[in-house]
Amino acid sequence: MEIAAKKENSKFVDFWKKIFNRSTVYSIFRAILLLGISYIILLPLLSKISGSFMSVRDLYDQTVKWIPRNFTLEHYDMVWRNMKYPVTFKNTFLLTLTVSVLQLASCTVIGYGLARFNFKGKNIIFALIILTLVVPPQMILTPMYLNFRFFDLFGLLPNGGLNLIGTYWPFILTSITGNGLKNGLFIYIMRQFFRGMPLELEEAAYIDGAGLLRTFLYVMLPGAVPALVIVFLFAFVWQWNDYIFITLFMGGSGMFLPQVLELLANNVIQEIVGRTDTAATKLEGDQFTSLINNTGMLLVIAPLLILYTFMQKYFIESVSRSGIVG
Amino acid sequence: MKLSNKFRITVENRKKIGGYLFTLPFVLGFVFLFVYPFMQSVVFSFNRLVLDSNGYTLEFVGLSNYIYALMENTDFVETLTETLLNMLAELPVILGFSLFAAVILNQKFKGRTLARVIFFLPVIYGAGVVLKMEQNDYVTQLMRHSDNLFMFSGDALRSLLSSVRVVPDWMVNYVMDAVENIPTVIRSSGIQILVFLAGLQSISPEVYEAAKVEGATGWESFWLVTFPMISPLIITNTVYTIVDSLTSATNPLVDMIKNATISSRGYGASTAMSTIYFLVIAIILGIVFKLISKYIVYTD
Repeated sequence: MEIAAKKENSKFVDFWKKIFNRSTVYSIFRAILLLGISYIILLPLLSKISGSFMSVRDLYDQTVKWIPRNFTLEHYDMVWRNMKYPVTFKNTFLLTLTVSVLQLASCTVIGYGLARFNFKGKNIIFALIILTLVVPPQMILTPMYLNFRFFDLFGLLPNGGLNLIGTYWPFILTSITGNGLKNGLFIYIMRQFFRGMPLELEEAAYIDGAGLLRTFLYVMLPGAVPALVIVFLFAFVWQWNDYIFITLFMGGSGMFLPQVLELLANNVIQEIVGRTDTAATKLEGDQFTSLINNTGMLLVIAPLLILYTFMQKYFIESVSRSGIVG
Repeated sequence: MKLSNKFRITVENRKKIGGYLFTLPFVLGFVFLFVYPFMQSVVFSFNRLVLDSNGYTLEFVGLSNYIYALMENTDFVETLTETLLNMLAELPVILGFSLFAAVILNQKFKGRTLARVIFFLPVIYGAGVVLKMEQNDYVTQLMRHSDNLFMFSGDALRSLLSSVRVVPDWMVNYVMDAVENIPTVIRSSGIQILVFLAGLQSISPEVYEAAKVEGATGWESFWLVTFPMISPLIITNTVYTIVDSLTSATNPLVDMIKNATISSRGYGASTAMSTIYFLVIAIILGIVFKLISKYIVYTD
């Protein structure tokens, strides 16, 4: 009897010991923490998605939280038309793709040069790359504009220079030279990656008679795919969301997604107010403005989210192998 | 023997030339597209810029743009101080959080890939125009959906803590501000988590095994192995966080400098402000670099 009770008791203790084992407690704590943080990250996105399908009536109904009671697509319709989505999407996509491919190429080449070759002045060049990252882009916006407006390469070109504003050339020129938006960071990532690749691989290629360029293209580059994915994704995302340089170089013509997004709420409300006066006061509320902005934002970031979903596997994997270590 | 020596030399020489060739694009771009505008920006700050159809002319005005920025325009100094204080308050929180998150994401558990996908999501959509609009809108979002996101209301706890008087008020305020800023911090830590995570994964497991054999607890091996090993990354992340915070489009000072171009004093005043701002950033980075590098352990 006593023994059985004791046995029962020790079983009981074991059970609770297992539960309150340090690692179990820690796992639960970690799970709660991860869920909480994920919630904070996902909240604005999910809330935007649910809000974008709500009719105006649901918006002001405090009992409607997540699931729209009166499901509607009219906001998407309004925003889609107002942003001229097909046209602006095409413009933005072409520019972003051009810029990110060029930046990927230039930053890879420059990063490789810094990582695998020894030459005088290497450290100075690296320091200058960091400097370009540290100078706020806003500081050189105006001179940059003037530089491209009267582009003469220190007087090398005649007749007061060319006017490159309104063309893709400012983007192309800054991209092929690794001087574009946050390119310092990309060069840094590529340099760190190439630095970590084994020397034997390179030497074997040289002994086999391959030149510098051949070795770079056919031996080293295929091994750098993880870092290439990261840099491409970053370049694409930052260019896609950029509106400072787009407005500066392309003018305020509003042919790109970030530009139309900024003016969206104003335009939509004007359109509605111009049509029906009765709805005007009701529609000018913050909630409605926020709803229109959010729907627009979803349309702008949707392509990025799709891209991220496709590249996510490589991206997450590549983090472990890219070795962005300073 | 002689042959292979000769071979080495030619390869080394070719590599030297290769180095210059590979980095040439950057040097060209740096000179024509960066240094040139940068120098011009400094020149403009001492001038008044008049645009006309044939280009522009400069009218030398000495230090008056700087005097305007620092003395006459009272907002500038105030906004600058505020921006810097905000950045300094945010910096340790962002660094601490991103290191912490990276350590967790580096552990093995079910759903780790999903957790990583979610944690890096802000990198994808938290940039540029979206981030800017988002920050204006975030409060509305939060109020609508999470009446009880935080278990305690900040103000109540704040007054409770300051009435107890165990800790000084400024400390209470700092911690409470940090707690209230959690969403912002999480959403601006994506890149830093990525950098730390990559660093953590480059530490070989043998080091931890050795520490375990020596009888180190998890806590000890974090502070004695992990922390020193990734300390070089703390500089990388500090510099990145400072630059990111001071040059982001959501920064009020950046807005101010941009808007100054359309003020009566035009480009001159704007470039004077940004030159001052650049110098301040450079000085801060210098100080931070000096302070942190004392504690950095380099293994290679």
